[in-house]
Amino acid sequence: MSEFEPKIIAFVCNWCTYAGADLTGTSRIKYASNVRMVRLPCTGRIDFMLLLKAFDQGADGIIVSGCHPGDCHYTAGNFHARRRWMVFRELLDFIGIDLRRIHFAWISAAEGGKFAEFVNQVTGEIKKLGPYESFQKAMSAGIE
Amino acid sequence: MEELRKKAREALASGAAQVVLGYGKGSGKKARAVFIRKPDQADKLILDDSCVQNLAVYLKKPEVRALGKPAIVSRLPTMRALLQLASENQVAEKDLLVLGVSHDGKLLDLPEFKAMEDYVATAPLELTAEERAELDKIQKLSLDERWRYWQEQFAKCVKCYACRAACPLCYCANCLAECNQPQWLPVPSHQRGNLEWHIIRAMHLAGRCVSCGDCSRACPAGIPLHLLNRKLAEELFRNFKSRAGMSAKGEYALGVFKPEDKENFIK
Repeated sequence: MSEFEPKIIAFVCNWCTYAGADLTGTSRIKYASNVRMVRLPCTGRIDFMLLLKAFDQGADGIIVSGCHPGDCHYTAGNFHARRRWMVFRELLDFIGIDLRRIHFAWISAAEGGKFAEFVNQVTGEIKKLGPYESFQKAMSAGIE
Repeated sequence: MEELRKKAREALASGAAQVVLGYGKGSGKKARAVFIRKPDQADKLILDDSCVQNLAVYLKKPEVRALGKPAIVSRLPTMRALLQLASENQVAEKDLLVLGVSHDGKLLDLPEFKAMEDYVATAPLELTAEERAELDKIQKLSLDERWRYWQEQFAKCVKCYACRAACPLCYCANCLAECNQPQWLPVPSHQRGNLEWHIIRAMHLAGRCVSCGDCSRACPAGIPLHLLNRKLAEELFRNFKSRAGMSAKGEYALGVFKPEDKENFIK
């Protein structure tokens, strides 16, 4: 049997991390191909439900990334997002959703190297954890 | 109790209010909400330990609004709900009369929101020993056990949305649960739909929940929903020193930020 290849969804902001990922490509830096990018205008736009929907659709891990604090294109979107994540993570943990599968980072448009490193590191961790079976099994219960 | 009836009678007779929202005798040992519109009916009002419902929930219901200016019998959670609703511009000071009741059943004189804020500020708002024990019990479980615990709880959910109807802060005229373009929340009460609904409910009340516990009391399946809200209220206080329902001009904790907010999980 071939090695488990996790599905990882990355929710990234248009102005920093997406541009950073572009730089990774133009710099010819290789990174794990497990990641699927979803580009959003700002981290402030990343509704907490999007993360759940990603798990619903069979994701094994999630990356959320945007501009460094103070660098937001819309001045404060990432500050708002940070507060929301702080609260949301606590709720997920309380409900029993595995926080080791959701990773957050600030990656700027100049940090192509950091992006590659981060994706590789997350992919490695999720590979070790294996598929998110407990979630997928529970969620498919009662659905034809 | 007599004092409250007298006050209600006066308010209705003088025209200071058109309807009194209070507690009346319900079936068994339960109290139910009553809507008194004539001074001579004020004797239907009761006040004892069974009067726990948060009556602020009725303020946003169109059929109750149609009755005219309300006077509302308010214990601590109701007062907090009123302040929170005021901070969200949902009720105005001039549009209602507050018949405040202290925790030991004494009538309070609360002519304006400021007086209510002062009273709420002195009240104990930490978790009760019982709530703390309930929270700790779940937090001590392992990740898998917590997941199984909540999956078992959510499996009982029939998506009746009684938790939503009972909540004074769940007043959106168009709830996302009814939004079907796109279908954001699955309609059937399978595990996925239930999980998502309860996460959404808890998140949308984070920083707004006033801890009345009516969600759990309303739940026909007996899911301890208030624990999700308590947990988030705790976290909001721990991280941002913010509590909902303390002031008519309070800030929504997730609507503001501080550049120096501290987290430990973003790389």
